[in-house]
Amino acid sequence: MDRTFERIPSGCAISGIMSVTGKRISGEKIIASISLMHDRSNGLGGGFAAYGIYPEFADHYAFHLMYQSERGRTLTEEFLNKHFIIERGEPIPTRPVATITDPPLLWRYFLKVPEERLYKNHEPMDERDYVVEKVMYINDNIPDSYVASSGKNMGAFKGVGYPEDIGRFFRLEEYEGYLWTAHGRFPTNTPGWWGGAHPFTLLDWSVVHNGEISSYGINKRYLEMFGYKCTLMTDTEVVAYAVDLLHRRHDLPLEIVAKVLAAPFWKDIEKMEEEDRKLYTALRQVYGSALLNGPFSIIVANSKVMMGLNDRIKLRPMVWGRRGDFYYMASEESAIYEIEPALDEVHVSKGGEPVIVRLKEGE
Amino acid sequence: MANLIPPRFKVVIDYERCRKCKRCVINCGFGVYSFADRVIPDHKKCVSCQRCVAFCPEEAITIIENPNVFRPNSYWTMEDRINIMKQASSSGMLLTGMGNDRPYKNYFDHLLIDACQVTNPSIDPLREPMELTTYLGKKPDAVKVKVENGKVKLDTQIAPQIKLDTPIIFSPMSYGSISLNAHKALARAAKECGILMNTGEGGLHKELYPYKDWIIVQVASGRFGVNQEYLDHSAVVEIKIGQGAKPGIGGHLPGEKVNREVSETRMIPEGTDALSPAPHHDIYSIEDLAQLIYALKEATHYEKPVSVKIAAVHNVAAIASGIARAGADIIYIDGFRGGTGAAPTVIRDHIGIPIELAIAAVDDRLRAEGIRNSVSIVAAGGIRHSGDVAKAIALGADAVAIGTAALIAMGCHVCQMCHTGNCSWGIATQRPELTQRLDPDWAAQQLINLVKSWSLELKEILGALGLNAIESLRGSRERLRGIGLTDTELAILGVKHAGR
Ligand code: SF4
Ligand code: SF4
Repeated sequence: MDRTFERIPSGCAISGIMSVTGKRISGEKIIASISLMHDRSNGLGGGFAAYGIYPEFADHYAFHLMYQSERGRTLTEEFLNKHFIIERGEPIPTRPVATITDPPLLWRYFLKVPEERLYKNHEPMDERDYVVEKVMYINDNIPDSYVASSGKNMGAFKGVGYPEDIGRFFRLEEYEGYLWTAHGRFPTNTPGWWGGAHPFTLLDWSVVHNGEISSYGINKRYLEMFGYKCTLMTDTEVVAYAVDLLHRRHDLPLEIVAKVLAAPFWKDIEKMEEEDRKLYTALRQVYGSALLNGPFSIIVANSKVMMGLNDRIKLRPMVWGRRGDFYYMASEESAIYEIEPALDEVHVSKGGEPVIVRLKEGE
Repeated sequence: MANLIPPRFKVVIDYERCRKCKRCVINCGFGVYSFADRVIPDHKKCVSCQRCVAFCPEEAITIIENPNVFRPNSYWTMEDRINIMKQASSSGMLLTGMGNDRPYKNYFDHLLIDACQVTNPSIDPLREPMELTTYLGKKPDAVKVKVENGKVKLDTQIAPQIKLDTPIIFSPMSYGSISLNAHKALARAAKECGILMNTGEGGLHKELYPYKDWIIVQVASGRFGVNQEYLDHSAVVEIKIGQGAKPGIGGHLPGEKVNREVSETRMIPEGTDALSPAPHHDIYSIEDLAQLIYALKEATHYEKPVSVKIAAVHNVAAIASGIARAGADIIYIDGFRGGTGAAPTVIRDHIGIPIELAIAAVDDRLRAEGIRNSVSIVAAGGIRHSGDVAKAIALGADAVAIGTAALIAMGCHVCQMCHTGNCSWGIATQRPELTQRLDPDWAAQQLINLVKSWSLELKEILGALGLNAIESLRGSRERLRGIGLTDTELAILGVKHAGR
């Protein structure tokens, strides 16, 4: 993959659907929702994240790989063979679509981590840290190879094109998932590339983003201190890693993670009662470099949660709604009505206030 | 023996305008003027401090550079030749005040700041909140929280932090090197602006005790004025190892400047030279430094951050890493443009490195070692305007310190004669007839105005960058571009060239 591009800031549309009871639906609805916002993209990037799509491999890490050459595939497969047990490896099914040209080789692998490998310097190692390390290694070191997703029972499908075309290209109507997110992209200063399309993922985190993160430079340098390698030249990448760091590794609840990424203003912190003031002051003192500044609306998901979040002065649009146990989030209200005309409730999300939708336990 | 040194400046008096009020005679701290039947300047004594110019009611005085000092030569500069003549006639070491003024490459002026356009809109700081609040101190890598009755609570004890309303503080300038009125002005302005002033190594005059929450007290090698009371009257304690204008050189306050009040504050006999050696004689290793850091923390009950001030030198990144690991909460780095009351000219002009390179190198090193959060960086040494502040922060500083700029706000005209103690502006002097010229209320207001206007400009810069919190600029090298820099310089600064 040619990684000589500079970072690509973007405009964009986002959409998300989640059934909190785990009802699985085909990819058709999410395609319909995102394609309504066609004009918010420019054909240089589209993509989807889908959760619950690989029930027969629910305990395996599903790696979606993009290869720019056969050599990339050989090298990556050698690497995967060495570090994982490959249960199955196969090309990702696609169909020809006239507008989708020059796709990379698209493969997926269902992997398990050999237990004896979970040691680092003779210390036991967290399995997810192990997987993250390998993903970073492939993206950073193996030529022509890029991991599009690496979570369990989920996958990212993305590329250069309008999102509806990308959806048809990947035959998403053939998959069933309980949580779908989508992205249509409007990059403004460089051509799109397949790896640079959204969603950005790590483990089962996925992020779709409308906006431009003007703090990218420091967010990137901050995350690098914790071993994350921002190799994809796109500001959205830092969101996925920041969420992984704060939630998984630093054990902060997602509500608090949102308050790091879109921190309350000092003037509002000062008005808080003592205990909250201490907490929020500490969060800003310690995590100032993780604050996402600039205009953004993002949908962050993992296999249990979908979170919508706007920047703290709400420079980008975001609406959410509910019908029964289905929750919807999108850049435009019409993109929700397009697929669910009879909503029980609909709201404009507030700047800096996360909307968090959780999978109900036991379902 | 005739003095070979020609006058550097010429005082031109328009006698048609002069009404013989003699204000110039009274105002000149350097004794340039005498009066016979009209004012007569002694050109050789003029340092171009411009006090007379400012106070002449008739605008009758113009000070020009002496046009025919020497035959021009771009290798043998006038300074070089004058300095040789001075030394040939004195056999001594040349002293000078203020910072390095040699024309070395100035990196701040080779860095340009980004601005937003369409996809990432700029923010209007007049209508949107814009945050400059900065906390100095050691931060942990992660915040731990606990959930009790569904409420998230803080479960980490954060080390002491100092809040700055804007990321600017006043550099260390000792009472002795500058006047008490200047110190008072700095303290008042620091309080009003929600920032800090720094005592330098001269102790803390009792009149400044009420400002203790806005004061950094310095512990330098001379230990002047250092006792428990002193440490108690501070927000931050700073160990001074080095100074940008004279790295590796100690301090020297001549006995003439040590009047009764200075002697009491410094705890030294009146009229004696105050000599502080470059080495702290109890610090000959990083372990010794760690011991002093913890001794000071112990003495202040672990309630105050401890800062270590060093000069920017060749291996500054490794030194800073050692200091961070020795337990410092703040590292204050002073570049070679940093000012001074008095330094050997040769040291000032040829030792040390620019602060821009030092910040970049230190920030990179601390990040590479994963310890950037464990210490705050204050950068100083030649910060001239809010553009420099923004660039220093983007390179990786948490805050900057201003010394010369603060003095200029109080009236200093950068005549570089602080070491003489004759400052006509009443700043770098202890002569009572001169110190009384500086009204601390007026000077404090000047400082407040300066800090406020730079803060406003910083907000505009942030807004142009589409940022609304200063922490998003801190270390964000991506928002800088270099112009006219070599690949090596760009690599050290960690910035791309303009156009990339
Ligand atoms: S201050 Fe001006 S007007 Fe007064 S004596 Fe001096 S030159 Fe003349
Ligand atoms: S403080 Fe006084 S002596 Fe020093 S440079 Fe400024 S005006 Fe000259």
